[in-house]
Formats: sequence, structure tokens, C-alpha cells
Amino acid sequence: MNIDIAVFLASMMVAATPVIFAAIGELVVEKSGVLNLGVEGMMITGAICGFILANATGSVFLGVVAAAIGGALLSLIFATLTQFLLSNQVATGLALTLFGIGLAALLGKPYEGVRVDVIQPISIPVLSDIPVLGTILFSHDPLLYFGLFIVFAVWWFLTKTRGGLILRAVGESHDAAHALGYNVVRVRILAIMFGGACAGLGGAYLSLLRVPQWTENVTAGVGWIALAIVVFASWKPGRLLIGAYLFGGIGFLQLHLQVENVPIPVEVLNASPYIATIIALVILSAGKSGRSNAAPAALGQPFHASR
Amino acid sequence: MITLEKRPEPSRGWSLATPLLAVILTVLAGGLVFAALGYDPVATIRAIFYEPIFGQNSFYYLPQLLVKAGPLILIANGLAIGFRAGIWNIGAEGQYIMGAIFAAAAGLAFYPSESFLIWPLMITAGAVGGLLWALIPAILRVKFGTNEILVSLMLVYVAENILSSAAVSWLRNPEGMGFPGSRNLSQWDAASNPEIIAGTGMHWGVAAACIAVILAYVLMARHILGFQIRLAGQSPRAAAFSGVNPARLVLICMGVAGLLAGLAGMFEVTGPARKISIDFNVGYGFTAIIVAFLGRLHPIGILLAGLLMGLTYIGGEVAQQSLGLPLAAIQLFQGMLLFFLLAVDVLTHYRPKRTQRAAS
Repeated sequence: MNIDIAVFLASMMVAATPVIFAAIGELVVEKSGVLNLGVEGMMITGAICGFILANATGSVFLGVVAAAIGGALLSLIFATLTQFLLSNQVATGLALTLFGIGLAALLGKPYEGVRVDVIQPISIPVLSDIPVLGTILFSHDPLLYFGLFIVFAVWWFLTKTRGGLILRAVGESHDAAHALGYNVVRVRILAIMFGGACAGLGGAYLSLLRVPQWTENVTAGVGWIALAIVVFASWKPGRLLIGAYLFGGIGFLQLHLQVENVPIPVEVLNASPYIATIIALVILSAGKSGRSNAAPAALGQPFHASR
Repeated sequence: MITLEKRPEPSRGWSLATPLLAVILTVLAGGLVFAALGYDPVATIRAIFYEPIFGQNSFYYLPQLLVKAGPLILIANGLAIGFRAGIWNIGAEGQYIMGAIFAAAAGLAFYPSESFLIWPLMITAGAVGGLLWALIPAILRVKFGTNEILVSLMLVYVAENILSSAAVSWLRNPEGMGFPGSRNLSQWDAASNPEIIAGTGMHWGVAAACIAVILAYVLMARHILGFQIRLAGQSPRAAAFSGVNPARLVLICMGVAGLLAGLAGMFEVTGPARKISIDFNVGYGFTAIIVAFLGRLHPIGILLAGLLMGLTYIGGEVAQQSLGLPLAAIQLFQGMLLFFLLAVDVLTHYRPKRTQRAAS
């Protein structure tokens, strides 16, 4: 078995992109103190919204925009329930996933097996001609670069701006942030919508690029892996990239070994990303002693201003 | 402007009324969705809720109700115990699959024996399969503090892959001419799970579900462990001070949920599903989460919620046959039900109050 290292790294980046989108959105949501387990549902809703619009208009760009809007709209249900009606975030997130999967299956029924034009890679002139590095870094589709840009933008926003400071304050202690006069609920709703839009983009990447054909279970647990990667990354955007690339590398190897007819049962290969995620979570949690936890302090707690 | 005021005690009246209110709201909203999709809303709702029970084909559909509700009630009862303690096992689907595989493998190892020991052996194997699969996230959580939500869910995908490998290779019927799927367990007397009373749909899994309801009720209402579970859920600190061992609670809650899910899988594979096949699991493990909440995490409530959810499954089939409604619409309907339930639940814990907006 021989793997071209440049092809490997390039494919790894592609395989990691849906996870990067979903995970960076969820990272912002969790930094604001909200745990949204509905990533999978928002992703698959984004995937079908993007697919339908791309199919109807023939424009992949409009499809991607529709995916982001679809994900954000779905996340608004979660935002309303958890922020105004103070429902349990874990249960509401699960409901969002179940609802989103049902919604996508229903909307996608007429589109099963239909193909769309996929997002085309762009070759950045000159740079993509550099041997090896050109293949790895400079011959991808625009959405992949946009994903990397979002990760950078989130890092910059969280660490360098006043808005990021407010968001983190809300996530660490909503009572203190409220006492300082910040609108906890508004900050959280915006964060939830950003998370929904990002998850939708991740879904669109799957339905419009990775698998350019509608299949009912197109996300296949990627949303849940994104949640795991946020934990793995200890809520840091930089580490999130590492986690997503590890996952992408496993995904590529899985397909590659399958094509090469390596005598490993296909079920073992198919299960490997999930097992690897569990192992990564265990190693990470085992490495932390006791309560020194990087999670935002108010994560998952409902906020009710009593006066 | 309306603000919410926290009730000193959760309202008992609203606690009973909210599930009903949620069902009514879901029916109304569901009707709108069906209308938006181009179906006659009244006919659709009637097909889902009325036809299976009172329609002319009800003799066929009514037994199906118990067949669908049985596994949901069994699984949801286990999940509810954990949810009460704040332990989120959402991988019941995987535990259900593993219960079925363990049971089928244990039984088929002795094929074609007709020993009366095979049935109890399979029940035990099913329970152990679900238990072991649930103990993986439980032990990882206790030992390393790993998030049990994510691990239990990842294990669903692992279990699905084990299921497909079982169906196509190591449990495949040697006389099945190469088709995937195990031997037909319901045609093998020693391993079959027949209806206890013919024509009612009442198989041993439904009986097990009823027993689980009673045991869960006794546990939560009368046993010290039930008190500790509720205490740990409402106030982990208070529970710790009163000497509750959180690690033990995680293991018990996850273990019981896995055991019951495994049993549900066992009764399903030997009864209604008849054999191990690639598409054996149909999402009972996830729907059971809705059932648990709709039943307010209370055993009796879960019994009723399981029947209602079973009805939406069958009603969905009726609507599919008579009106051409896609089955996915029912999934959407079930998701909506959970949304409305969580939304109106605010009335149990908070009192809406009309206030003048104070200068702030």
C-alpha cells in the first residue's frame, strides 16, 4: 500500500471541513454557556436546504447561503425554547436532532438519488503550481478556505475583541454578566444562531461536495463527532483544527483501505471514526485531573433573571 | 410585558396537564404542516389517531399497537431513571441492537436444539448484551470523567456496524442461499417469542414492559435508591453531602437502562422482527427518549406515552397507505411533540406574570 502524502493531506483537509464548520459553530455556542446537542439536526437540515436550492436555481453559491439560513432558522427553535421558555438544554438539543432528521427526510423525499452540480475547486494561480504544497494547500474549493477563515475569525473574535469578551463572560457567569448590564439572552441567541448557520454550512459541504447526491442519512453522525471535537479541543479554536484534521485523516484512511482491499472487515473500517472519537475523548478526560476543566463554567445552565 | 416567576414548588396540576396540552398543540401544528405539504389535515390526523383504534381495520392495527409500544415502554423506563439522576444515556439504540445480537448469537449457538433452557439463556444474553454496552460509557464516565452523552451515542454507530457484520457474515443463515440475515428465530420453537394470547399482539416483551413499569414505580416511589436518584438529579451537592455515591449511581442508572434496552432488543429479534438483519433497528432507542419525557419520567406516564407513540407509528403507516403521507412526516411529528412538551413545561416550574416594564 502506498499513499501519496500530498494527496493524503489534501483529502484530509476536505474530509475535515464539514466537521470544522459544525464544530466551530458549536464552540461559539458553548462559549456562551449553551449546550446545543442539535448539531446533527441542524447540519442535515442545512444539507437539504442547500441541496434543494442548488437544485432549483443551479447555483451552488445560493445553495450554500440557503444552508446557512436553514441551519440558523432551525436553531431559532432551540433558542426560543431554551432562552425564553427555559427548557432543559440537553433534552431540547436531542429534540432538535430528531426533528431535523425527520424534516430533512421529509423535504428530501422527492430528491433521493438526484444529483447537483458540485462546488468546483479553484486553483489559485501560481501558488497551486508549487509542487506538493500546491496540491495540499492551494487547489481546494472556496468553501474549504471559508471554513478555515471562520476558525481564524472566531479565534480573533473570542480573544481580541470586546464582543468576544462579553460572550465569554456570559458563558462563564451569566449572573455576573447580567449584573454588569449585558443582555445574556440576546448574546446567547446570537451565538446559537451562529452555531446553526455554521452547522448548516457543514451540512451543505456534505450534500453539495462530498456526496453530491441526496441520500437520506447524509450526515451519518458527523454532527455528534463535531460535538466531541469541541470537547477534545478544550474549547480552543486552534486545537479544534487539530482534532478535525485527525478525524479527517482517519476518514481518508478508512476509504483508502477499503479501496485497496486491505483484509480488514469493512464494518471495522466504518466504525473506526466513532471508536477513534471515543478513544480521543477518553485520553483527553483521563489526562485532566479532577475538576481542572476547560469547559465554560455556566455551560448548560438555564439563565433566569429573577429581578 | 410578560415575565416568568419561579414557582416555589413545581405545579402538580400543570405537571399532569402539560403532556395533554403538548399533544393538542402538536396535533394542531401537525395539521398545519400536513396541510402545507398538500394533504387534507383532518383526514391525516384522523388516519393517525382514529383509524387504528376505531376504524374498520382496527382488528389488524390494534395488536400492532402493543407490538410497537412494548419496546418503547421498556427502553423509556430505563432511560427515565437515568434522566432523573441527570445521567444522559442517549445510546439506547445501540444497547438495543447489542441485546438482540447477544441473544441471537447465544441461542443460535445451540441450533437446532429444542431444549427449554434456550429461551432463558437468550433472555439472559440479551440483558447482558445491553448491560455491557451501556457499561462502557458508564465506566468511562466514572473512571475518567468522559462525557457519557457522546460516548453512548458514538457506540450506536459502532453497534450498527457490528449488526451489519453479524447479518452478512458470522450470524448469517447458512441455509439462506447467501442472503444477509440470520436464521428465522420465530420459526424455531425453542427461541421464538410468540404472542401470549393469539391475536392481541401481547408478546413476552410487552409483559416485560408491564413488569418494568411496576418495578420502576416501586423503585422510584418506595426505595431509598429511587430517592437518591431523584436527589442527585435535583441537587447533586445535597446528594453528595447525604452520602450518595455518584459513581455507583452512574453505573446503576446506565446499567439498568442498558439492561432494559437489551431485553427490548431480545424480545424484538425473537418476535416481531423474527431475525437479525441489517435494518433490524428502526429507531426505538431514540423514540424512547421522547416517550420518557412525554411520560414526565414517571413509570405510569411512560406507559401511556409509549402507547400514544406506538399509535403515531401505526397511524403513520395507515396514513402512508391511505393518503400517501411519507413515513418521515411521522418522525417530524414525533420531534414536534417533544418540542411542544418542552415548551409548555415552563408552566410547571414558572408562573407567567404580567408586569410593567421597570426602568432598567
